[in-house]
Amino acid sequence: MAPDGAQAPEEAEAHSAAEAHSAVEARWAAAADPEGDGAAPSVAAPGPRRRRKDRRPISERPVILLHRVVKTYVMGDIEVNALRGVSLAIERGDFVAIMGASGSGKSTLMNIIGCLDVPSRGRYLLDSVDVRYLDESEQAEIRNHKIGFVFQSFNLIPRTTAAHNVELPLVYARMNGKERRRLALEALERVGLGDRVDHLPNELSGGQQQRVAVARAIVTNPALILADEPTGNLDSVATADILQVFGELNAEGRTVVIITHENEVAAHAKRVIRLRDGLVIEDVRQGPLVGPPPGYRPDATQEVWA
Amino acid sequence: MIGKESFTIAIRGILANKLRSGLTMLGILIGVGAVIVLVAVGNGSSKAVQKRIDSLGTNIITVMRGFNRGAGGRGGAGTQSQRSFLTPTDVAALQDKTQAPDIKSVSPTMSATVTATWQGSTYSPSSFIGSTPSIAEASNYQVAAGTFFSQNDLDQHNQVAVVGQTVVKNLFNGANPIGQEVQLNRSTFTIIGTLKAKGSNGFQDQDDVVIAPLTSVEDNLTGSTGSYSSIIVEANSRGVQNQAEAEVSTILDSTHKVANPLNPDFRILNQASLLSTSQSSSQVFTVLLGAVAAISLLVGGIGVMNIMLVTVTERTREIGIRKAIGAKKGDILGQFMTEAVLLTVLGGIFGVGAGLLGSQFKIVGVKPVVQLYSVALAFGVALAVGLFFGIYPANRAASLRPIEALRYE
Repeated sequence: MAPDGAQAPEEAEAHSAAEAHSAVEARWAAAADPEGDGAAPSVAAPGPRRRRKDRRPISERPVILLHRVVKTYVMGDIEVNALRGVSLAIERGDFVAIMGASGSGKSTLMNIIGCLDVPSRGRYLLDSVDVRYLDESEQAEIRNHKIGFVFQSFNLIPRTTAAHNVELPLVYARMNGKERRRLALEALERVGLGDRVDHLPNELSGGQQQRVAVARAIVTNPALILADEPTGNLDSVATADILQVFGELNAEGRTVVIITHENEVAAHAKRVIRLRDGLVIEDVRQGPLVGPPPGYRPDATQEVWA
Repeated sequence: MIGKESFTIAIRGILANKLRSGLTMLGILIGVGAVIVLVAVGNGSSKAVQKRIDSLGTNIITVMRGFNRGAGGRGGAGTQSQRSFLTPTDVAALQDKTQAPDIKSVSPTMSATVTATWQGSTYSPSSFIGSTPSIAEASNYQVAAGTFFSQNDLDQHNQVAVVGQTVVKNLFNGANPIGQEVQLNRSTFTIIGTLKAKGSNGFQDQDDVVIAPLTSVEDNLTGSTGSYSSIIVEANSRGVQNQAEAEVSTILDSTHKVANPLNPDFRILNQASLLSTSQSSSQVFTVLLGAVAAISLLVGGIGVMNIMLVTVTERTREIGIRKAIGAKKGDILGQFMTEAVLLTVLGGIFGVGAGLLGSQFKIVGVKPVVQLYSVALAFGVALAVGLFFGIYPANRAASLRPIEALRYE
């Protein structure tokens, strides 16, 4: 075991589920509600009133709420319905795998959930905020503060060190340099790349690059991790590696949504949603909402990263 | 984005493709350098022309005989005796301070064609002048060695002369001519001084000259014709030169009894008008050179725009990633604008360096004189070019939709 391995269990303890959860909460509340009056963000106000007011505190409401979401692309003369009315609620702390053949609309759904795209019809509430009423820069802020993206092709900025890549979301959050660097190193340490901070992406293996991408996704401490086929380009060892990271992030209380077409990846999720032709055809819960995801072994973390 | 961060990202962008950035900068470098050098050349040639005109003599007005006889004015003075146009009466009138308060000195001159012989070598100077001592100051002749002839030499009809450097070289083969006796046609003159080199005035060699007292020239070479070849009038200062010219014109109109002042029987050549004509022509020259250089700067700017568009296209995916992790429109705009401006500013700095360096050398015989305004202007324009040509590509990058940018292969 590496000499720095002794540090890892302590860190894991510090990020126990409950603690992390409350920390996340405080952050969200602060981000969504700068006035601190506890009311829903003003951007949601001009929208149509919800008929049945959700009286639960924000922390207990679904983090993702899709209502009859339709997405239509116009390609030349023909219209393509990528999503044909998807309604979905994803609770805080869930670990969801979205499966489906290519063309089933799973990537479109992911883009809408990640605020990279907007629905043609229907409503999408992220953290009880209707994204329809957000302008471009507010959407950018949501992506920055609330969502951590992990992509199939890693999508690291080339010719830029691992640490710089991880720092980038904090740059756009206008954090000062010193604090940024500290958080970036912390995040890299968490994914087991503490000794690779100054490496360029092309000096790292695929698995390592994806771990840098995960570090970049978690550095802003978002409550929602969105991963689009994160293991699609990885071998089985690196896949196990990344799944272990996601398991740990979920065990901490973060919501994880993974798109995949691999059954062994979906096996790690608490809930599996299948899409076909732009509709949800199956929604199976394979593990309880509260608690660690299936197949997650806290003690395995050290072995994988050693 | 925080300025410092845009800056580091832009630097990284520039360094990522060193050759391309270098070539782009080269476009701006050449543009800025060309503006500085060409304006300096234009300015230098303007200064050179001015210097030549100054060397003709300061503040002088030359009066020549009427156009009908003017062709013989320089060479054939000896044969013009029937009509005397520029007479001692004219000279006396011009020297009258009450009528001509702005005139400092009046030097009548007599030209002749001579062949000089010294110890077997012969030489024909292009200009042989008989005049008064005041011509030295009026025509800006300075003595290199010996002395200029004096009023006493003039009064005593002494057969003395001063010679220019070309004559020293060609007649004396560089030997010291002072004290030498020279045959000018059939008369013997003693050389008492040499003149400092003045160089060419653009038309003729001003050092190919022999000057002797007017009286002795009339005695020995031209004969007393009663008319001078020309009269050199020196104004008190350059500022009153036009008044002096008017005074000369009025006085000569009356002494010559000119019926129609628009058609006098003499010609007046004003140094100031010559100067201003040449200055305006050299200004046109400078503007033309500057315009050519400005076009190359513009072309450099288009190069920047071109390369920025390529960069934006190439980095579409990177832009998508940045947007996905929270970069706002302004962040992307700032990044690419900084990169474009940095390219032009660096190119501009090197261009100023190249321009200043290039201005150290003589270019087509002109010593460039760097104008500070051209440095500031070229640099400022380069900066503006960067901003202007950076806006479109940067805006294009910033307006990319994250989802499309991410899908870009």
